Amino acid sequence: MKKIQAVINPFKLDEVREVLGKVGVAGMTVSESKGFGRQKGHTEVYRGAEYQVDLLPKLTLEIVVRDDLLEAAVGAITDAARTGKIGDGKIFISSIEEAVRIRTGERGEAAI
Amino acid sequence: MHRLARPRFALSNRLLPLLLTLFLGLPGAAFAADTLDTGDTAWILTSTALVLFMTIPGLALFYAGLVRTKNVLSVLMHCLALTALMTILWLVAGYSLAFDTTGMVEGQTGLHAFIGGLDKAFLSGVDGGTLSGTIPEVLFFIFQCTFAVITPALMIGAFAERMRFSAVLIFSSLWLIVVYAPICHMTWGGAGGYFADMGVFDFAGGIVVHITAGVGALVACIMIGPRTGYPKTAMPPHNLTMCVTGTGMLWVGWFGFNGGSALGANGDAAMAITVTHISASTAALTWMAIEWFKHSKPSVLGIATGAIAGLAAVTPAAGVIGPIGGLAIGFSAGIICYLASTTMKSKLGYDDSLDVFGVHGVGGFVGTILAGVFGAATMGGNQIGLSIGNQVGVQLTAALITAAWAGIASFALLKLTDMIVGLRVDEDDERMGLDLSEHDERGYSL
Repeated sequence: MKKIQAVINPFKLDEVREVLGKVGVAGMTVSESKGFGRQKGHTEVYRGAEYQVDLLPKLTLEIVVRDDLLEAAVGAITDAARTGKIGDGKIFISSIEEAVRIRTGERGEAAI
Repeated sequence: MHRLARPRFALSNRLLPLLLTLFLGLPGAAFAADTLDTGDTAWILTSTALVLFMTIPGLALFYAGLVRTKNVLSVLMHCLALTALMTILWLVAGYSLAFDTTGMVEGQTGLHAFIGGLDKAFLSGVDGGTLSGTIPEVLFFIFQCTFAVITPALMIGAFAERMRFSAVLIFSSLWLIVVYAPICHMTWGGAGGYFADMGVFDFAGGIVVHITAGVGALVACIMIGPRTGYPKTAMPPHNLTMCVTGTGMLWVGWFGFNGGSALGANGDAAMAITVTHISASTAALTWMAIEWFKHSKPSVLGIATGAIAGLAAVTPAAGVIGPIGGLAIGFSAGIICYLASTTMKSKLGYDDSLDVFGVHGVGGFVGTILAGVFGAATMGGNQIGLSIGNQVGVQLTAALITAAWAGIASFALLKLTDMIVGLRVDEDDERMGLDLSEHDERGYSL
């Protein structure tokens, strides 16, 4: 099992969710997040006082998938979330040791 | 001359003996009118509501949007609490100290050229039938009460986000009596008032309201010190929609502030509203244009602040100038208040958090001086044969005396308040925010 942690632009959520459904991803967790990378923030000016806003709003998706689904899911996210401009986000992949479905107690791939 | 200025009491004959006794003792009675005018009364009733609307909720929203989330309630609370407290003080003594005419003699500079007596404390001797000019005196009382409410409320923007609530109440109460009441008396108390006898133009309170509050605010923010982290930590406004809502309410309410100061439903009121609107519009556009040019974007807070600066600046002049004066005062206020609130403030380093001095103090000063210029008939005003040089001298003198008194007295009152309760919340409380530390409440539960 692998966990895909994808940081994407908030306005791309619907497209990403749609393509993930098509490749067979059954669930995900979405969090509002803020961060910075290569994309520069912006400046706000209030009565002449300039404030540099470095942290930009993003969404972080957490998706756990079977190993054989990984490449399809990552490809789907990459295609759907890309605008081609700086700020499209990043995807991090890590291994998952165990998963448990709380309702039934099922474990492993059956739980995801 | 003023012995002739004794009202005839057409309405309530049963009060005649009482009122005659009262007014015979008041040779300086300021109002040379006779019978009640329902049109005038209706307009001042309306204006009273408009001016109260400026403070609650206009100013409250304007200020509340400018602070951070954790202090939004504290600012709303200041405005509400001061409205209630100043009203009671106005009844107890403020009105009498400002408008009681006992002992005033035109051209004589005694104690009562500077402060009224206590004969009208608790509105003593005044009932629904007592007249002040062509309106009931109780209406004049409550109309003026709304001015006494907004003036201390203006100051809270300077020390927002860090002053102890009890200190706000104590300082504002003392300030109403020691600063506002005497300056109001000297200007608007009638013949025999120190500034009135100088022939000063202060139609609706450039001196009485905006210079007093602006200078008091400056002294307060310097004495209490900057907010923790200022100016390194970013402290952007938390809700500009509130600011814009409040700006609209202030702008509309100002029609009552300036239009009502004609104390009648007449051409003076109409012209006052017209020049008020022109000045606000001009200053709003001027401030917007400066920012557009300087920062490459026209800002919403900029146009809103410009409008308030134009409104403050035209206030002293609204009774004497014409439309050209409105344009000139609005334009001047847009530029000068912008510089005062941005360049000057950051150079000098004081934390006038919501720019009370930069907008109201400086705006009031600009308008007070320019009233002496654009009041002249040759400059589009209604003062025929006015010597501009002479009048500007009078305006400047009154403005400087007011600034000096407001500065010295505010300093002393803040020292006194500091000794009684302490001006400032401690640093932990400031970091947590005044909403929780002073009121055990949060503005937002999201």
